[in-house]
Amino acid sequence: MSAAAAPVRPRRNRFLAGARLLLGSPPALFAALVLVGVVLVALFDDQVAPSGANDVDVQQRLQPPGAGHWFGTDDLGRDVLSRVVLGAKVSLQVGVVAVGFSLVCGVLVGLFAGFYGRWLDTALMRLMDVLFAFPAMLLAIAVIAILGPGTTNAMIAIGITYTPVFARVTRAAVLGVRESVFVRASRSVGASDPRLLFRHVLPNALPPIIVQTSVSLAFAVLAEAALSFVGLGTQPPAPSWGRMLAEGRGYVDLAWWIAVFPGLAIVVLVLAFNLLGDGLRDVLDPQQRSALEAARARSGRRRRRTPGRTS
Amino acid sequence: MTALAVRRTLQAVVVLLGVSVVTFALVHLVPGDPVRLALGTRFDQATYDALRERAGLDQPLVVQYLQWIGRAVTGDLGVSFRSGDPVTALILERLPATLSLALASILVALLIAVPLGTASALRPRSFVDGAATVLSQIGISVPEFWMGIMLILLFAGTLGWFPSSGYVPFTEDPALWLRSLVLPAVTTGLVSGSVLTRFTRSSVLEALGAEHVRTARAKGLPPRAVLDWHVLRNALLPLVTVTGVQLAYLLSGVVVVEIVFAWPGLGQLALQAVEARDYPVLQGAVLLFAFVFLLLNLVVDLLYSRLDPRISA
Amino acid sequence: MTDPVTDPVTGPAHGGGTVLDVRDLRVRVDTARGTADIVNGLSYSVAAGETVAVVGESGSGKSVSVLALLGLLPGHARVSGTAAFRGRDLLAMSEAELRTVRGNGIGMVFQDPMTSLNPVLTVGRQLTEGLLAHGRAGGRKAARARAAELLADVGLPDPRGALDRYPHELSGGMRQRVVIAIALSGDPALLIADEATTALDVTVQAQILELVAGLQRERGTGVVWITHDLGVVAGTADRVLVMYGGRCVEDGSVDDVFEAPAHPYTRGLLGALPALHDEDGADGAPAERPDLVAIGGTPPPPTDLPPGCVFWPRCPVRGDERCATEQPPLVPVRGSGPVPHRAATFYGERLQQTEVGA
Repeated sequence: MSAAAAPVRPRRNRFLAGARLLLGSPPALFAALVLVGVVLVALFDDQVAPSGANDVDVQQRLQPPGAGHWFGTDDLGRDVLSRVVLGAKVSLQVGVVAVGFSLVCGVLVGLFAGFYGRWLDTALMRLMDVLFAFPAMLLAIAVIAILGPGTTNAMIAIGITYTPVFARVTRAAVLGVRESVFVRASRSVGASDPRLLFRHVLPNALPPIIVQTSVSLAFAVLAEAALSFVGLGTQPPAPSWGRMLAEGRGYVDLAWWIAVFPGLAIVVLVLAFNLLGDGLRDVLDPQQRSALEAARARSGRRRRRTPGRTS
Repeated sequence: MTALAVRRTLQAVVVLLGVSVVTFALVHLVPGDPVRLALGTRFDQATYDALRERAGLDQPLVVQYLQWIGRAVTGDLGVSFRSGDPVTALILERLPATLSLALASILVALLIAVPLGTASALRPRSFVDGAATVLSQIGISVPEFWMGIMLILLFAGTLGWFPSSGYVPFTEDPALWLRSLVLPAVTTGLVSGSVLTRFTRSSVLEALGAEHVRTARAKGLPPRAVLDWHVLRNALLPLVTVTGVQLAYLLSGVVVVEIVFAWPGLGQLALQAVEARDYPVLQGAVLLFAFVFLLLNLVVDLLYSRLDPRISA
Repeated sequence: MTDPVTDPVTGPAHGGGTVLDVRDLRVRVDTARGTADIVNGLSYSVAAGETVAVVGESGSGKSVSVLALLGLLPGHARVSGTAAFRGRDLLAMSEAELRTVRGNGIGMVFQDPMTSLNPVLTVGRQLTEGLLAHGRAGGRKAARARAAELLADVGLPDPRGALDRYPHELSGGMRQRVVIAIALSGDPALLIADEATTALDVTVQAQILELVAGLQRERGTGVVWITHDLGVVAGTADRVLVMYGGRCVEDGSVDDVFEAPAHPYTRGLLGALPALHDEDGADGAPAERPDLVAIGGTPPPPTDLPPGCVFWPRCPVRGDERCATEQPPLVPVRGSGPVPHRAATFYGERLQQTEVGA
């Protein structure tokens, strides 16, 4: 049994070494700091925001950024900084819940398809192919057309859209470990299927899934902003970055700040998830990892990348 | 080669069938009566009955699907709940705008990505490489619609070089068509260009390290010939695939950018259909997008297998 | 400077004269872990029609030493010494001058024919581009005709048809013939084969060796054969140079080196390492595997070479107290012919007393 579990065993040390390697890269460190910052802001948004999301002050409408309002005010006199701060929670929530949805569904589908193979594999993966054949944004829009607009439905729509990616990544990883010595060893000592799947196969298929999670969070934040921008996501008056952009767009000639700051907020958050994804890929991909360690030792960095935003 | 083509085509057809089922189900998954919802306050019994019958909603589901798909194959996607116009005509009317934008965007993307990605790979860790890496990383993190707004703010507002929105058909005035195309095409082109730059860089880096490059140098070829024939030719082959996928993505992914630039394309049509609960139009648009998406992926696959002698054998 | 060598085995060198004369070749690369001394003062010469084998493990610097000659190393490698090719120093040449030598005066064959040909270009294209670049053919037509001749020379069946094939459509052996044809396309005075048969199976290996030997007889080409395979050396080479840690540890005629190896490393390669202080000298390592596995340990990292003999850390003999601190010079040891037999060891003559594989 202990031999069967061997590849997963020295987890703690590997985790620490991995974390050190990850945070040793400046972009990943930057990403981690940004993410911690955004999460803190979202957790304590009431304390951080100078005023409420919808404190209308008509006297103060369209004020440029200045001492009173760092990010200026919008056409109703609402403080843009406060709305950006309060919008962080929406973005993070939608991102995390939607990706959580894709993660759970996609990983289950990929696990079963990859592990059991045969007709189950064919059926599940063809279904994923069908979902994958819809351009992402369009599928999300179609789902919302059925469910109706709103934050929750946006989460579901985005979640469904990114499920096939997780299914594919997981299946590929499972195929890689299914025939490995330790899985066969566990099977030979009579481990049950669920135990085998979740104790042995999944942990060893985890690295690409973790990378995909980070990258998908970036997509999800972008998708939520896009849906809210066209009026299908978060509904007013709740502060959402995409929504704020849509509202600010009409005033862009008069008050650039209404559209600039929420947009910057999106860029920073998405950039952080993307950089973290890149960093994780470098650290978790074993082939790349040894190459990376060697490269770091030579004080150089050179890595191979795959295209990020393709569908 | 042909066996591969046949297999890939069959796969695509199977997926397309699945797509059609999902698309068909769209209308039927909507809680309530889609026609009543679509008509809303404009409800009158005669129109209602006519639309229901035209949409075949009074028949069993399987029959409805077969009728719908049968008509779709012949190019009849039903009529709009809103205007009563044939959906196919509505889509064809929007197609040139979307095609112009997608093709112009991919052109912009390639014009950025190939030189920048190559330059960046040829001098790793140089200033150009650093700048390209940072910019492309930011590029893939920027929401297209925000990029659009920023470009409008700068080039339409402050500088006044280009119109901030609107589309002029090519047939009407080619010069104005081009002018109206610049900002939206640059918007999406910059984002796609970032993806392609990263890909080009890694692809060229990989090709540079290949042993046949050393053979080519050992032959005494001039550097230019080594670069063109033994590095770029190899590196840019896989770019065909990625470009195709990007194009497919652009054809559908420009939905939001079309809104920003008031671009009368398919994305705008689909969104208007969602707002108006005009399900046949949405169905038609979704089916067409998925069809084009699959078709492009198939074409790219087959094209690649022709270009790369290793696969065609 | 040694005299141009006339080989006793193959008779007087064809066309005579030294084709390549390498003196004190050094290659260093700066890394974060310090300066890597990859090649450290290598000297040898190759006469027309002669085959010199450079033998060593991977990491011994043997491939780097020949890539350096043609300027094919990455830009940050620092190369010093001289390498006179037909009287002109390759190491002092500009990139443009080097290009006139590459593929023209010196042809190169690489290890893996799977990767050393460009997979997306036809065989014909890869052959003709060199011919055209060196102005060895009037136009595309003439170049194709010449390319077909070359393919016929290297024994490719249907040479005309092969011009339009892609590398993956040919077998490994056929591909290596193509690579050799490319190397020969410039009528080189010197052919460098870098592990040219390592990736091939044994029968194909023999064919390729036969092919090169035949072409060499016809054309009087000098050949530098880089290999770790002593079987290849025994069959083809006139002279041998054994490399370790970027240095030449032993050189001489094939017969001398094989029959009376003087350096413990060479003896290790040959599969026999009797300990010096073992009086009966009979319990040496079994001789049936003339392979590098016979020697325990790994070569020293080029960033951290030992101060004395480079082989000292792995040496089972250590027959002299100076070994650890002083670099043994390459000195003459017992040999049989006009080719000097030399070894970089303090006790070579003593070691030669014991028989190999005893």
